[in-house]
Parts: sequence; structure tokens; C-alpha cells
Amino acid sequence: MKILFGFIRKEIYHVLRDKWVLLILIFMPIIQILLFGFALSNEVKNNPIAVFDASKDSYSRQLTDKINASRYFDLYANVSSQSEIEELFKSGKIKVALCIPPRFGEAFEGSAPLQPQIILDATDLNISNQINQFLQNIIQSFIKQKKPEVRPTYSIIPEVRMMYNPQLKGAPNFVPGVMAMIMLLVCVLMTSVAIVKEKETGTMEVLLVSPMRPSIIIISKAIPYFILSVINYFIILAMNKYLLDVPVKGSLLLLTAVSFIFILTSLFLGILISHTSQTQQEAMFKSLIGMMLPTVLLSGFMFPIENMPLPLQFLSNIIPSRWYYSIIKNVMIQGSGLEIIWRQFAILGVMCLVLFIASIKKFKVRLE
Amino acid sequence: MRIFSVLLKKEFKLISRNRVILIISTLAPILQFLILPMVASYEFKNINLAIIDHDHSSWSSRLINKIKGSGYFIISGYENNFSEALIRMEKNEADVILQIPPGFEKNLVREKEQNLLVAINAINGTKAAIGGNYLGDIIKRFNKELTVEAMPVQGAVISRPNSIPLHRFNPNYNYRMTLVPGILCILVTMIGGFMASLNIVEEKEKGTIEQINVSPISKVAFILSKLIPFLIISNFIFSVGLILTKVIYGIGLQGDLITLYVAINIYILSVLGLGLLISTFANNQYQAIFIMYFLIMIFMLMSGLFTPVESMPDWARFMVHFIPLYYMIDVIRLIMLKGSGLIHILPQLSMMALLAVGLILLAMLNYRKTT
Repeated sequence: MKILFGFIRKEIYHVLRDKWVLLILIFMPIIQILLFGFALSNEVKNNPIAVFDASKDSYSRQLTDKINASRYFDLYANVSSQSEIEELFKSGKIKVALCIPPRFGEAFEGSAPLQPQIILDATDLNISNQINQFLQNIIQSFIKQKKPEVRPTYSIIPEVRMMYNPQLKGAPNFVPGVMAMIMLLVCVLMTSVAIVKEKETGTMEVLLVSPMRPSIIIISKAIPYFILSVINYFIILAMNKYLLDVPVKGSLLLLTAVSFIFILTSLFLGILISHTSQTQQEAMFKSLIGMMLPTVLLSGFMFPIENMPLPLQFLSNIIPSRWYYSIIKNVMIQGSGLEIIWRQFAILGVMCLVLFIASIKKFKVRLE
Repeated sequence: MRIFSVLLKKEFKLISRNRVILIISTLAPILQFLILPMVASYEFKNINLAIIDHDHSSWSSRLINKIKGSGYFIISGYENNFSEALIRMEKNEADVILQIPPGFEKNLVREKEQNLLVAINAINGTKAAIGGNYLGDIIKRFNKELTVEAMPVQGAVISRPNSIPLHRFNPNYNYRMTLVPGILCILVTMIGGFMASLNIVEEKEKGTIEQINVSPISKVAFILSKLIPFLIISNFIFSVGLILTKVIYGIGLQGDLITLYVAINIYILSVLGLGLLISTFANNQYQAIFIMYFLIMIFMLMSGLFTPVESMPDWARFMVHFIPLYYMIDVIRLIMLKGSGLIHILPQLSMMALLAVGLILLAMLNYRKTT
């Protein structure tokens, strides 16, 4: 036991000695969570639009004003030809254009008003579909307002309630996602270097001839980083609550328990990477180039997992942050309890155990 | 010049000797490029819908059938009351809840108007907006249908069609288009950025930098000899990615190939400049990689690839102007997907060039031969 504590102390000194790294490790997650929590949102607003008004009457001007006044659109330019629209698209200035046909206003006197033509930049279909919907809504309500149509005899009116996030803010979705992503990557990166560094500096030999068992070495390597990550976790929670306005709705105890398991899982994953590497660079490359994009894309917070093709859905199962994200979302935003998240929790637990055992088994007691 | 070519030879030898790193940094991005852009199939087709039908009338079941037939929704279950349905939502088994009140048909016939409760899990805003729109459209069409049935003449007047929008630049409705060029840029960024950020600091750690410091090698030659090998590796990865873009994702290059290469090389130089700058600052590889990771993460998420820049608050929209990846994502989409020419992308290009020159100059200035 005394040996273990001595060992842990050695590892803690290692971490504390590099003041720069310590500063980075503490402030990096804070800055990232604040930055992404405030800046990221899926909302499609302020889209630059060009209007080609071939009618130039009071109706077309009113429609243009109405579009510009909406939060979804910013009038970038009034143009006077199709080719100008093309140029604006090609220089990336606008996302959508509207062509108002000649005699737009006059047509309101007749039986059927003319429909303006919407031209969308469809390279980002997800966004262009939403832009189309918003613009159609504005145009149709304008036409309806100027020329009230026969009311449908029957009208079923959907009364829409936005659950858990009534203002459709970005934070409730992105904060849990970013949290899972940052914690995973930082933990893996921290420990992935831990063992390989001893190999590089030659101190590994000393460790191997000592009476320490592999499990003790691994645990003592993980502990300082575990403490650091737990500190980070609580700082992040505090910022979520006081700055980002995303408090923990469910049980704090449950969330903390899950987070501890998740942190351990990530740390063991890092140690496993460390075992399989010969140099620090190798370990860093494996944990960053190998894991950065998959973690961002397959956790489910950027792109919903159920929409992915099946092989990718399958692949996402082995990403620990996918399960953690799902749990934080449930506990933090929806306020769910253990009875809802036990499955994800169990999966994380198994992952943690498997990675721990693997990192002990992979520990080579001899230098090659 | 001779010194420079010797230096260059040294760098190439060093890189080619480090087999594992070379393999990771070429194979990993290519492998990821083959898989990851597939995540972007944002066309929601499997929205899970929980239904609470308190009416059980012919009209309520007609409405449900309409929803089923739309192809967007999967009926995840029929619940008895709202709280049961809410549990389903908490378990992520239902994204949308539709509650049809008792007396739905009767009220509709008598009052001509009837409310329906639609509750949407709004944590993911996009999903909520799209799901709500689909359901709203279906209900609107159902209204018209009922009206036309009751009064064929007046009904025909109200079914005024919306205009059909023109979708430019993406005739096949390819959802991958959004991500493919962007992910290629991110992969190139990661390889170039991480390699460059570790490079000089590795020489510091190993002590070989002392030999350079006492040699007559100029700072400029030293930094340039570090830049060129990475520039070549990044170009290689980009080129492989470009071929895969055509072969695997069926996205052909609309614009000019040379313009694209000019743009990506200016961009890579800015990333390498940043990497080398960090490398000159850092005391060890651990510090360097953490700083680079921190910055690349910010570049990646704020570049506008995943979430629109227009939706960000003002300070963030200002900040992105210092992110080279923001310009590159824009530029590669413009050239590749819209066929824009050099003249269209000149503003973005010059900003990137400015950042590249600035960063490389800083790296040269910050590299000191004396300690």
C-alpha cells in the first residue's frame, strides 16, 4: 500500500511539474465549452438573400421588406438580372435568391396571385430545405394577407409544444455533446503518452524491475489524470449552470457516477494506446488523428445516429462518448433517472472493465 | 542553396524513417474519408412518432394513416395517455408525440376547428424543426382534403399550389455534398498541423536542435526545409481525397483544378505556419500537441462546416475571420461544387494568404538560435 502511494505521488509530481501543460489541461476545456456552448447552434437564421424584383411595385417592395425583417433572412442585395444572382452564388455571398415576376402586384387584382420563384443553393441540402420552408412560409402568409383565400371548411390546428428546449437554443444539444467529446479526447491524449514516455526516457526499465504489479502501475498512472479530469468535470458543470444556463435537471449524483466511469474508460483507452506505441508521437497521432473526427461525427450530437447508414450506426456503438452523450442529454436536460439510462450506463461500465483488463494484459513486463 | 538541399534531404530521411507515423498519417485520413462523410444523411426518414388517439374515429385513423403513408415517420407505439408517451420520449423511443383529443371528429364537424397536440423533443433543434414541418404539412394537406370532399367547388380554389423552388448546384440531391469537401480539408489540416507542431519541438527534446543552432543554416532555410516535406504529404493526401471524391461520392469537380490546388496550398501553408509557430514556442511535444489540438478543435467546429456561421453570435462571427479553415471550407465548396473561378474567391484567398504569410513570418521570428 505504501508503495502504491509513493507511486501515485511520483505520478502527481510528473503532472504538476509541467506548469504549462497543467494550465492548458485546465483552461482548454473551459474555453472550449464556453466557446462552443455559446457559438454553436443548429438554427438557420440570418441567411443572406438576393432579390431580383422584376415587378418593382408596392407589393413586391412590401414582400422584400417582409423578408428582410424576418430573423431568418438578411437582404444582401437587390439585383436586376439572373446573371447577377449566378455571380453572387459563385462568390458565396448568398444562400438563396428570390425572383419576383413582372406585374406581381397587378396579379393580386385577378383570380390567382403570381408565385415568386425561389432559387436555392442546394449544396447544403439540410440547410437549403429549411431556408425553403421559411421563405415559402413568408411568401404564402404575405399572399394570404393581401388576398385572403376562401377559408378551408375544416381546419385541424396543430398546437406545437417544444419539449425540453422551448426556445430551440443550441446549448442544450451542444453542451452535452461538446462535454463528451472534450472529456474523451483530453483524457485519452493525457494517458496515451504516459507509459510510452517512460519507454522513451528509459525509466521504463526501472519500473519493470520494481516489485510493482502491472495493475498497480496502471492505476497509479491513471490517478493524477483522474483527479484532474474530475476537477475539469465540476468546473464544466458549474459553467454550464451559471454561464450557459444549462443546469443539471436530474440527479447530480447519478451524473457524477456516470462521469467517473466515463473518465476512467477514456483514461484506460489512452493507456491501451500507450502500450501499443513505441514513441510519444505515435501515441499522440493514434489518439488524435485516429479519434478526433470519429468522436465528433459519430457521437450523435452533430448528426443523429438513427439517420446514419447501418454500418456507421454499428460503428458508433464502440465510441464511448456516444453513450456518455446520450446519458448526459437524458440526465442533464430531460431529468431522467437511472431507470431510463441503465442500459447506456451498463454499456459504459462494460467498456471500462474491458479496457482496464486489456490495458493490464497488454502491459509487457519485458523490454523488447 | 546547397545547405538548403541537404537540409531538405535530412527532413525527408527523418520522415521516411518513421514508418509508423507515416502510415498512420496517410492511411488513417484516407480510411476516415471513406467512411465518415456518410454520416450526413440529414434527410429525416425515421422520425419516431408516439400516438395517443383518444378519439378512435374514422377521421382520426385516416389522419394516422396519412402520417404512416408519408414515409417520414415510424409509429413507435400507441399510448394511452400523455405521460406514458413522455416516458417513451425520455427513452429516446419517440421523437414526436401526437395527441388526438376525444371528440376530435365530432368537434371538427360541428365547430369546423379542432386543436391537436404535437409535442416535439427539441433538444436537437434541426430535428425538431424538420419533424414539426413534416407533420404540419401532412395536417395541412389533410385539411384541404376534407374541405374538397365537403365542398368540391370552393375546395378547388383554396388548393393554391406553392411554387416549386429551383435547387441549384446539386441536381441529384446528394446529401454527402455538404460534408465531403469539408472533411477532406479537416483531414489535411490535422495531418499537416499535428506533424508541423511536433517537428521543431522534437528536435528540441532530442537535443539535435543545438547542432542546427551552431551551424551556418539561416532561419529562413531552416523553417522552409521543415515546411516543404509536409506540404508534399498534405498535397498527396488531398489528391487521393480528390480522386475518392469523384470515384466514391460521385462529386465531380465543377471548377478549375489549378485554382483548387492554388487555394489548398495557400491554406496548407497557413496551417503549417501555425504548427511551426507552436513548435517554436513549446518546450516539449506534450505541450505542442495539446495547443494544436485545442486550436484545430476550434477551427473545426467554428468553420461553418457543421453549423452555419450565420447563426452564431456577433463576437463569434467576428472570430471566424481569423480561422483559415473558415475560408477554405467556403472556397473548396465554391470551386468544387459551384464552379467558381479565381475571381470569385479572391477575397477569401487573399485573407488566407495574409494569415499564411503572417504565421510563417512569426514562426521564423520566434525561432531563435540562442537559448
